[in-house]
Amino acid sequence: MSQDISDVIIVGSGPAGYTAAIYAARAQLKPILFEGAVTAGGALMNTTEVENFPGFPEGVMGPALMEDMRVQAVKFGAEIITDDVTHVELTGAVKKVVDGEGKEYFAHAVILATGSGYREIGLENEKRLSGHGVSWCATCDGFFFRDQDIAVVGGGDSAVEEATFLTRFAKSVTLIHRRDELRASKIMVDRAHKDPKIKFAWNTEVIDLNGEAKLSSATLRDTVTGETRELAITGLFVAIGHDPRSELLKGQVDLDAEGYVLTENGSTATNLAGVFACGDLVDHTYRQAITAAGTGCSAALDTERYLANLHSK
Amino acid sequence: MGALNAVTDASFATDVLMSSKPVLVDFWAEWCGPCKQIGPILEEIAGAHGEKLTILKLNVDENPATAANYGVTSIPTLNVYQNGEIVKQIIGAKPKAALLSDLAEFI
Repeated sequence: MSQDISDVIIVGSGPAGYTAAIYAARAQLKPILFEGAVTAGGALMNTTEVENFPGFPEGVMGPALMEDMRVQAVKFGAEIITDDVTHVELTGAVKKVVDGEGKEYFAHAVILATGSGYREIGLENEKRLSGHGVSWCATCDGFFFRDQDIAVVGGGDSAVEEATFLTRFAKSVTLIHRRDELRASKIMVDRAHKDPKIKFAWNTEVIDLNGEAKLSSATLRDTVTGETRELAITGLFVAIGHDPRSELLKGQVDLDAEGYVLTENGSTATNLAGVFACGDLVDHTYRQAITAAGTGCSAALDTERYLANLHSK
Repeated sequence: MGALNAVTDASFATDVLMSSKPVLVDFWAEWCGPCKQIGPILEEIAGAHGEKLTILKLNVDENPATAANYGVTSIPTLNVYQNGEIVKQIIGAKPKAALLSDLAEFI
């Protein structure tokens, strides 16, 4: 049986992957997009209201925005597969991508848009108490902590957004942050400061989590004085950042020390011909829905140009 | 294959605890993105292995008592009950292959 070779396979969904699919589909490249078995839509699927995506003056729900981008990609002919990619071979002229069931797909070009995954604090008890008080998804699990004292770890936009969201349910939300000021955008910081349910634990890190069957307290350490104390909480939401999901690419695509894919200046090209990368997978700096969508567009245009050269040879 | 049957606070004892077959209960809610993604996977598993393992969905918003009773604080949570006891707990959405391997002893 001869193998079908597609023009382009997109690995990963979210604003980068879906935007790449919209552009590639409109360029008649018939893209195949692997959106992930349980991660389809990416990080925005676990958010609530997105207030800073241009074109939505009233805000838009993260999951709704992703669903609309997906529909737009499908409308122009993108084929979307709801599965993970478990293996890639990207170094040759024809790229191979293997799905969760072992099925192989081939393409002349690949766009990588696998985004990032939640960073863990790295405590043994964090894993043990996961689902028993420790959570990574405020929108999923906030409901279970009605009238309880809980905490959020982190200081960026996602931490502050989660803390604000969780005040709908919780009696109090302590925002635990290693520094003495938040990294989050000013409007969100102001909102948090005004919220009577949000307390702040500045210059503080979580060094242990306690509880037998479920979380009962966190052990905190003051990063300035070194003092430790216990904070009685039944829920802890971890929002200390994300790490690029680049494990599949190791040894093939050049990564930096933190695991981000390295791209040529001013382009989405990687070290491998015909392999392009976009979104949070490459972005140390901005990490916004709109910047991910922007680089997703760039990756599709770079791919289109690469394929045009290839086919004219 | 098709939509999975629902279980409620009221029917939990009869449909789950007294079942002669192992029962996987999917604790979910409308607002939970990962729950929606795991739904179709569970339907496929029920379609292929329904004779050995019953799969039911429990909406935690409408049935908070059962969720609280079993200490569910994160969804999706998949609990497998056999002879009235929890014999397996899977927390968080996982791809089909990972779920099948977690459930291997029941299917």
